[in-house]
Amino acid sequence: MDIKIIKENCMGCEACVSSCPFGAISMEDGIAVISDACTYCGSCVDSCPAEAIELTKDEVIHKDISSYKGIWVFAEQNEGHLRSVALELLAEAQKLAADLKTDITAVLIGADVSKLAPQLIAHGADKVLLADEPFLKDFNDEVYTEVMVDAANKYRPDIILMGATTNGRSFAPRVAASLKTGLTADCTVLRVNTETGLLEQTRPAFGGNLMATIICPYHRPQMATVRPKVFKPLPTDEKRSGEIIRLHTKAPQKLRLRKLSNINAAAEGISLADADIIVAAGRGIGSAKNMHLVEELASLLGGAVGSSRPLVDTGWIPYKHQVGQTGKTVGPKLYIACGISGAIQHLAGMSSAETIVAINSDPEAPIFQIAHYALIGDCTEILPELIAQVKAIKAQNN
Amino acid sequence: MRIIVCVKQVPSTNEVNMDPVTNTIIREGIESVLNPFDTYAVEEAIRIKSALGGSIATISMGIPTVEEILRDTLALGADEGLLLTDRAFAGADTLATAYTLANGVKKLAPFDLIICGKQATDGDTAQVGPSLAVQLDIPHATDISHIESIDEKKIVCRRLTDDGYELLEMDLPALITVVKEINIPRLPSIAGIRASKKASIKKVGVNDLTVDESRLGLKGSPTQVVKTFIPSHDVDCEIITGKPEQQAATLVQRLTEKNLLDF
Repeated sequence: MDIKIIKENCMGCEACVSSCPFGAISMEDGIAVISDACTYCGSCVDSCPAEAIELTKDEVIHKDISSYKGIWVFAEQNEGHLRSVALELLAEAQKLAADLKTDITAVLIGADVSKLAPQLIAHGADKVLLADEPFLKDFNDEVYTEVMVDAANKYRPDIILMGATTNGRSFAPRVAASLKTGLTADCTVLRVNTETGLLEQTRPAFGGNLMATIICPYHRPQMATVRPKVFKPLPTDEKRSGEIIRLHTKAPQKLRLRKLSNINAAAEGISLADADIIVAAGRGIGSAKNMHLVEELASLLGGAVGSSRPLVDTGWIPYKHQVGQTGKTVGPKLYIACGISGAIQHLAGMSSAETIVAINSDPEAPIFQIAHYALIGDCTEILPELIAQVKAIKAQNN
Repeated sequence: MRIIVCVKQVPSTNEVNMDPVTNTIIREGIESVLNPFDTYAVEEAIRIKSALGGSIATISMGIPTVEEILRDTLALGADEGLLLTDRAFAGADTLATAYTLANGVKKLAPFDLIICGKQATDGDTAQVGPSLAVQLDIPHATDISHIESIDEKKIVCRRLTDDGYELLEMDLPALITVVKEINIPRLPSIAGIRASKKASIKKVGVNDLTVDESRLGLKGSPTQVVKTFIPSHDVDCEIITGKPEQQAATLVQRLTEKNLLDF
C-alpha cells in the first residue's frame, strides 16, 4: 500500500489540500506533500486535475463470497412491539432486492414474538427467521449476537440491515466483529451498484460536514445500520405470503451480561427517537420559566421535547432531551427549533428532519440555512400564538 | 482495579467551518483535541480508581503526535499511556482499529474494565467499543450514564436507551462506553501537567506485537471509502413575516397543507 505525489505532474494547484478529509496534505515549495495522517482514502486522487497522485493498494486475498445471497433485516422489537425502523428497512430492502433479484428475510428474536411475523411479511419480508424463546425476552448483546451469528453462518446472507437505534448501534458492531466483516453506521442512502452488485452505503461523518460512500467488497455479509425515519415503511399488504423458519437456539449456560430492570421514562412523554414531531428549545427561549411553552406545544402536537446543548448544560432540561452530536440524532417528520441558533453540532443531530421550522430573532442564525420555514422573531412571543391557534383548531375539530 | 481507557485524537469540531467558495472544510488553524466523549471515560476511570484503588492506562492508535493527547490524560490522573503507531495501522476501519487496539490492550493486561467514549466526534460510528469487546471476548454495554456499583467481580450500570434507562449487570472484565451524562470531567492540576511532561508514553509498532498483519490498516479493513463529498444543504426556505400572531397563523396553515399536523 502506498501513496505518492508524482512531482513532475504536480502543478501546485492545492486542489488535493482541501479535498483531504484528514488534513494530511500540505504544500512545500509548490509541491503537495502527504503526511502520516493519510489514511489512503483516495479523496485526493479524485480531486487532482493533473493525475499527480498515485495510490497503489495491496492485493487482497479474496474469500469465496459467491455463496452469500439474500437481504436480511433485523426486526428489532421491544416488549412485543416492532420498532418502526424494522418496517422502514423492509421497504428499502425491497428496492435493493429488486436490483439484486433476491429475497428478503426478517430476523425476529424475542420471547412470545411469533405473532409479529405476519406483520413483517405484510410489510415486505419473504421469509421470517424466528427465534422465539423465553430466555430471549430482553435484548441482550451477547445472547442476541450468538443467535444472529449462528444463523448468518448457516444461511449466509449477502446483506444485513439493522436500525441504528441504541440497541442496534450496540448489537450491529458486535455481530459484525464476530463475523469479521465490515459495518457502516448510520447510513442515509443505500443503493446497489448494478455493475458490481455491491451495496453502496452513504453516511455522514465529521458531524454531517462530509458524506462518505462506503463499500464492503471482499467480506460478507455487507452490514449497515440506518437511522430510524430515514426510509418510509410500505403500506400493509395482507395478501403477501411468506415462509416462517424457526431457528434452533439453546439457552446459554452462563450470562456474563444481565439486564436487571427497566427505568422507563414513558410517563414523561414520547421518546425523541420515535417522535414524528419534535419541538426543541435553545438559548433563545430566554429563561427556564419559558420551557413550559415548548412542552405545551409539543404535547398539543403529540410530539416530543428536544433541546440544544446549552440548555442541558445549564440544567434547564435533562440530557436525554439533547439533540445533536453529543446528544441524540433524530429524523422526525417535523422539527420546530425555537430559539436555536444552529451550531454545526446541533445541525448534525437533526438536519435529516423532513420539514424544519426555525424560530429565531437573529436573521443570521445558521439554523435558517437548513430551515424550510423561517420565522424571524422572538420565540417567546411566537410560541404562545402558535399554542393558542393550535388549541383553537383542535377545539373546532372536536 | 485495573482500568484501561481508549482515547482518540479528533479535530476540535467547534471550529469546523465550510469554505463558502470552494465548499470544502477549512482546516487551517484547527487544533487536534481529545475526543470529547473520551474526557468522560477518563474522568470515570479516575473516579473508580479513587474509590477502589488500582491503576489506569490510556491507549490510542494514531500518528506519533497523538502522544500529546495521551500525555493530557496522564495530567488528569492516568498512570500510563500506550500509543499504537505505525504506517501499517493507517487507513484502518473500525474492525481493523478494534483488532489493533485489542492487541495493544493485551500489552496492558490483565485488566478489569475498559472504558471508551460513546463515539468519536469525527467518525461518529460508535463501533470500535463493541468490536473491541468481541475481539477480547468480553461483554460490553454502550451508552452508560451512571455506574451504580462496581467491585472486583462485577459492575452494575445504568444505560441510556431509546425508551428511558435500563439497569445492567456485567461480570468483569467488561467494556463500557459512556455518555456525557455520566460525570463532569475535571481540569488537570498544575502538578499533574508538570508530571505528565516528564512521563514517557510507550510507543508500540507492528514489530512489537504478535499480530496477523493482514488484519491491520487499510489491508485489514473490510470497508472501503469509495467517495467523499460535501452534502448540500440547499433547501427552499420560505420566510414567514409579520406580527407573531400572523407568523403563527401562516405557519399553522403551511403545516396543515403539508399534512404535518394531525388533529
